[in-house]
Amino acid sequence: MKINKFVIGGIFILGAVVFLIWSSTAANSEYFLTIDELNAKGASIANKNLRVSGAVIGDTIQYDTNSLTLTFEVAQVPGDNSLIESQGGLAAVLHQAVLDPSRARMKVVYVGPKPDLLRNEAQAIMTGHIDADGVFHADELLLKCPTKYEQAVPKQAG
Amino acid sequence: MIADFGYGVLVVTFIVTLYSIFAAIYGEQKKSAALVESARRAMLLTWPLLTLAAGILIYLLINNHFEVQFVYEVTSRSMPTYLKVTAWWGGQAGSLLFWSWLMSAFASLVTLRKWDRDREFLPWVIVVACVTLAFFVGMTIFFENPFKQLFQTVDGINPFTFQPANSILFTPQDGRGLNPLLRHPGMVIHPPMLYLGFVSFVIPYAFAMAALITGRTDDRWIRITRRWTLWAWLFLSAGLVLGSRWAYDVLGWGGFWGWDPVEIAAFMPWLTGTAFLHSVMIQEKRGMLKHWNMLLIIITYDLVIFGTFLTRSGVLSSVHAFAQSAIGPFFFLFIGLTLITSVALIIYRWDKLRSETEMTSMLSREALFLLNNLLFISILVVCFWGVIYPLISELFTGQKVTVGPPFYLRATGPLFAALIFLMGVAPLSAWGHSTLKTLGRAIWKPTVGAILITIALYLTYTHNLYAILGFFLIALVILVTIYEYWRGAYARQKAQGENVFVAFWNLTKRNRRRYGGYIIHLSISLMAIGILGINLFQTETQGTIGVNDSMHIAGYTMKYKDVASWDNAPAGVNYTRATVSIYGKDGTYLGDLHPRKDYYFDAQQPMTIPGQLASLKDEVYVILIDWQPINQAGTTFKIFVNPLINWMWIGSFLFLFGIIIAAWPDEDPERVAVRADKSLKQTSAAD
Repeated sequence: MKINKFVIGGIFILGAVVFLIWSSTAANSEYFLTIDELNAKGASIANKNLRVSGAVIGDTIQYDTNSLTLTFEVAQVPGDNSLIESQGGLAAVLHQAVLDPSRARMKVVYVGPKPDLLRNEAQAIMTGHIDADGVFHADELLLKCPTKYEQAVPKQAG
Repeated sequence: MIADFGYGVLVVTFIVTLYSIFAAIYGEQKKSAALVESARRAMLLTWPLLTLAAGILIYLLINNHFEVQFVYEVTSRSMPTYLKVTAWWGGQAGSLLFWSWLMSAFASLVTLRKWDRDREFLPWVIVVACVTLAFFVGMTIFFENPFKQLFQTVDGINPFTFQPANSILFTPQDGRGLNPLLRHPGMVIHPPMLYLGFVSFVIPYAFAMAALITGRTDDRWIRITRRWTLWAWLFLSAGLVLGSRWAYDVLGWGGFWGWDPVEIAAFMPWLTGTAFLHSVMIQEKRGMLKHWNMLLIIITYDLVIFGTFLTRSGVLSSVHAFAQSAIGPFFFLFIGLTLITSVALIIYRWDKLRSETEMTSMLSREALFLLNNLLFISILVVCFWGVIYPLISELFTGQKVTVGPPFYLRATGPLFAALIFLMGVAPLSAWGHSTLKTLGRAIWKPTVGAILITIALYLTYTHNLYAILGFFLIALVILVTIYEYWRGAYARQKAQGENVFVAFWNLTKRNRRRYGGYIIHLSISLMAIGILGINLFQTETQGTIGVNDSMHIAGYTMKYKDVASWDNAPAGVNYTRATVSIYGKDGTYLGDLHPRKDYYFDAQQPMTIPGQLASLKDEVYVILIDWQPINQAGTTFKIFVNPLINWMWIGSFLFLFGIIIAAWPDEDPERVAVRADKSLKQTSAAD
């Protein structure tokens, strides 16, 4: 009898936690996609919460300081870590992606301060949604500059 | 040459730790005290050895030995000396060495204690500490050698541990320099604090394993490591707080916690550690939950290893991620092996760990502590789920799906609220047996007080339902805590004839863990005020204005006065600094702020430093977004108003202070524990 009330209490708490996790996951999931995958999905993905990663193309970065509107283009990079490794690491993959004009590209719009790490060949991880014209509206912008840490071989001095 | 010597020292350290492991196990098997003693001395040797290795690395860092790959990657000529030293933990290879060095220091400290009464634990504590140490030193030797040098061969320039044939040493002109974002005092101490916390949790784990292996499964291991656990918790908490403050001051996005996987990785051992701190008290007082405590410390240990790994690898996308590296599989292997071994040991000792008493009342102190533990573990599960969800979803659906901050806020919010409510109720419940009636008698006064405060806040401050509920819970905890403190002091005052202040002082001194704990509860409530404030009431605005123009937000006015830009050539930085004045509602002048943008030439990276005007009510947080000398349109600012945020930082200070009170060494912990037992019986029975 005494055990029962604790067991019931435990099951109740467990149920509550499972419900919390399940409902919060359902409400807040973001699909992690590469640009190629995004293009393949087409209209089915419009206005869903998405998380897309790509290589920033430096020449396309434009910042309108009046409206704080940042626009730039990103190029397709693979999402799979082992694939990135086999192509010589993230820095090399990002470098390739920016140089290769045949890669799929995507236009990104973001309103807010221009992040310090935004520059050519940075990896951008953007959260937001894509509109009917294929422009990605980012609510959140995360940047990584692997070249800063990873490039094993320094440029020849002198 | 010096670098080769450093590598040699690491190899020797590795061999010494392996020897220590085998000598301890073999000595224990053969009942040879001399061999165990030899193992102990071998372990004591690891600290001087690793100190030497670290000294060599620091020498190389300070003296611009860019032929060493690690030095090249984390320093540059323009960096001041103190930053060159702290660059030690600015990259993966160095931070693994740093981890090992701290680990050996703590292992040495613990072996130097008096072992008379706990001889049988010694060999196994050595084994666990040295296995952990060997793993980390092994990582630096085989995969992440900080002493790798750059050699030019026909294939180009590459880092090598040993000079390859037909190659010459290559010395770059200058290093790449530490990321400017990391050149901040907060970042200088944040990683060491976090690592100290990580490493010191290894010690309670080592004793837990020793207790399981030897079969001495009473609460001795808990009593020995009680203070270690508290210090570990202090360092981990300080690491988290400093990291938050750094993010708030340097990252310039107006907040301090982004539910980034790496933040969560550091937060997870904190959650289990906090649960552990509470549940060991039940074992000490009531002889219950022994399996649970073992499990908690094992999970904490493996989360610590997991956390170290996450912060130093690129498995999950994160602002903290430094690089992909080869060490991932080995970390998972190590975590897997230690987890399986430890859990197998619990199952092996299952019967010995049975509870001595049974839980009867749902409202007893131990039942509420258990509930507290379940809540902490639930938050852990939420966090863990969030971190690994992308991997799980990819496994099952082939589609990577992630969850962001809204997920965590929504899933953990109710759990945190329940925890705060428990903080209000649990201190008033009694061990063994409480009923609604006894509890109700103790809690009604603080509850009435909290309701009055909430009504006052509803009338004057906010109508937001979540905020009202939050403020009610916070007020309840604060009042209960003060009430408990006051009751204790009042009892002393009457019984001993002491004045109020002496009574407070003696009360705390007599039972540090209890009253230190109350200070911690109090400070958590203060931090909760700040967290509620920034999550529910933060407002922001942005715009481009000219000199002498103004922007308005939440009753504040910002007037743009001036901007200047200049180079600091020796430091390799360009500073752009604006001056703005902040005015309050009725036009009163509140102060000048100087939001800044620093541009580091070597890293080609700007760094945004906000101007902050702090008060207990609000903080005005101004970011200089853009300024161009030729731009006629003006200068672009973003302003946040973060209500109540400073309660977060005040709470943080009080929090660390409370842990220090709880963890401060006593003359004789054993005797105090006995006395505390008695005084607890006097004060905790809900009167």
